Amino acid sequence: MSRETLIDLLYLFSATTFVVALKGLGSPKHARKGNMIAAFGMAVAIVATFFKYVDGHSLHHVWLILLAMFIGFIVAVPTARFVKMTAMPQLVAIFNGVGGGAAALVSITEFVHIKSTHPATYVTLEVLLGVLIGTFSFSGSAIAFAKLQELMTGRPITYPGQQAINGVVGLASAAIIVTILVTSSTPLLWVLFALAFVLGVIFVLPIGGADVPVLISLLNAFTGLAVAASGFTLGSNLLIVAGTLVGASGILLTRLMSKAMGRSLSNVLFSAFGSKVTASGATTRADGASVRSGTPEDIAILLGFASRVVFIPGYGLAVSQGQHVLRELAEVLEKKGIEVFYAIHPVAGRMPGHMNVLLAEANVPYEQLVEMDEANSELQTADVALVVGANDTVNPAAHDDPSSPIYGMPIIKADLAENVVFLKRSMRPGFAGIENELLYNPKTTLVFGDAKDTLTKMVAAVKAS
Amino acid sequence: MGNSLLQYATVLMLTIFVGTEIIAKVPSILHTPLMSGSNAIHGVILVGSMLILGGATTNLQEVLGFLAVILATLNVVGGFVVTDRMLEMFKPKTQKPKATTNEEVTQ
Repeated sequence: MSRETLIDLLYLFSATTFVVALKGLGSPKHARKGNMIAAFGMAVAIVATFFKYVDGHSLHHVWLILLAMFIGFIVAVPTARFVKMTAMPQLVAIFNGVGGGAAALVSITEFVHIKSTHPATYVTLEVLLGVLIGTFSFSGSAIAFAKLQELMTGRPITYPGQQAINGVVGLASAAIIVTILVTSSTPLLWVLFALAFVLGVIFVLPIGGADVPVLISLLNAFTGLAVAASGFTLGSNLLIVAGTLVGASGILLTRLMSKAMGRSLSNVLFSAFGSKVTASGATTRADGASVRSGTPEDIAILLGFASRVVFIPGYGLAVSQGQHVLRELAEVLEKKGIEVFYAIHPVAGRMPGHMNVLLAEANVPYEQLVEMDEANSELQTADVALVVGANDTVNPAAHDDPSSPIYGMPIIKADLAENVVFLKRSMRPGFAGIENELLYNPKTTLVFGDAKDTLTKMVAAVKAS
Repeated sequence: MGNSLLQYATVLMLTIFVGTEIIAKVPSILHTPLMSGSNAIHGVILVGSMLILGGATTNLQEVLGFLAVILATLNVVGGFVVTDRMLEMFKPKTQKPKATTNEEVTQ
């Protein structure tokens, strides 16, 4: 067997592990093993590549390759290991962005490399698509990262004629691609690079923080496609398979995610959702309805008389790092014979499934986490619904008020419980920027303050009673 | 050349179907790890980056290739480690509550 055939067989093996891994990631039981399998397949492909011949000679610059890998490795491992669980979404964004950047660089270099050989038009087209999509994904992910990391506002940034400007930049990129196909001009390639960069930025600006996870999933799919495009250029089946797998599954995943939020993908991407803050943020509204606030001790007494308590956690819980104290509260309540479970909205936190991860990290037993539909049928018999740092995901406007921007979004029906308690930092509205009627409901009590502090006081008060 | 294009296009088409088929029924709690896991998989661009740097003949190609290898390594390594860390959390942990009930029984 020749060296090239052996390497190609190893690549085929790697590509197979990727398919197996994605399949495994679809079920909680096999997910971790699936990820390990893919990592192993990746390692095989990387080692095999060291023995590959390029243009008839073995790899040049092996030491430079090892040095670059070493640099990447020592930056990536500690970052990935030690960043807080709450910051996971922006981490995925940034790792996706650098992948897109790498794909764009590969395509640019390949363009410079093959230009002298007067390649066929379709080869140039693949290269240009790789540059366009890869760069778009890079700059888009960078802005998504900035939004989630709160380096810039998480609210949508809009300006007049926004969609028209985006359209013009998009068309200009297409025109440049056609021109390069005809002239194969290298300076124009850099123009395309710059335009793709700008396009990524202006595409992401009007997308609100709550929708960014869907966007990251989309950019992830784009990076996959950019990798597939480089695979065409380099003539590598491995890159085509891996890139296309990620591209196809990523686009489907993006649609599933927007469906979980009860919205269409185009609504997520183009409507600048949450740009208008319509909530007053006052404790008394114009029509005279006002909120009732209580102390942690009041709530402890309320909980003490309950027989069934439902916790509804949201991102605010994660921000205050209160997961552990919440679990402690559940434990002291259970000792008193009170039944406790957690109702998890599919998009609670910053990404789908994020809340499950955060609670699991705090050692909350898996069986106590109840998904939305089941939780809604259980809530009718609950005495207290304790909403910790959530807002939009329990807003009854989603099923009562057709004029509301979140109308149709699936919610946890906290309003079905006998009593509703909100732990809130302030009257500030949630990501959607709209009023929550439930806050003014007579059966609702608000406890203002940092969720962790409030929960700690509640644990002490329940223990004392 | 035309033949190899056709072969690549065949692979592309079949992979699109495989890609959509295998994740059609993922529970929403796994959306995040799945996104992160597929993010790691497109880090395979590292293989392309290595070939680019390994075949570089000018300074420009060397610089671009070097940067590409760094970025792609970040993608691969970071992607897999983050995904593993997320999935680690999905293990059901039931020992703790059981231990306390046992204590209460003996008391």
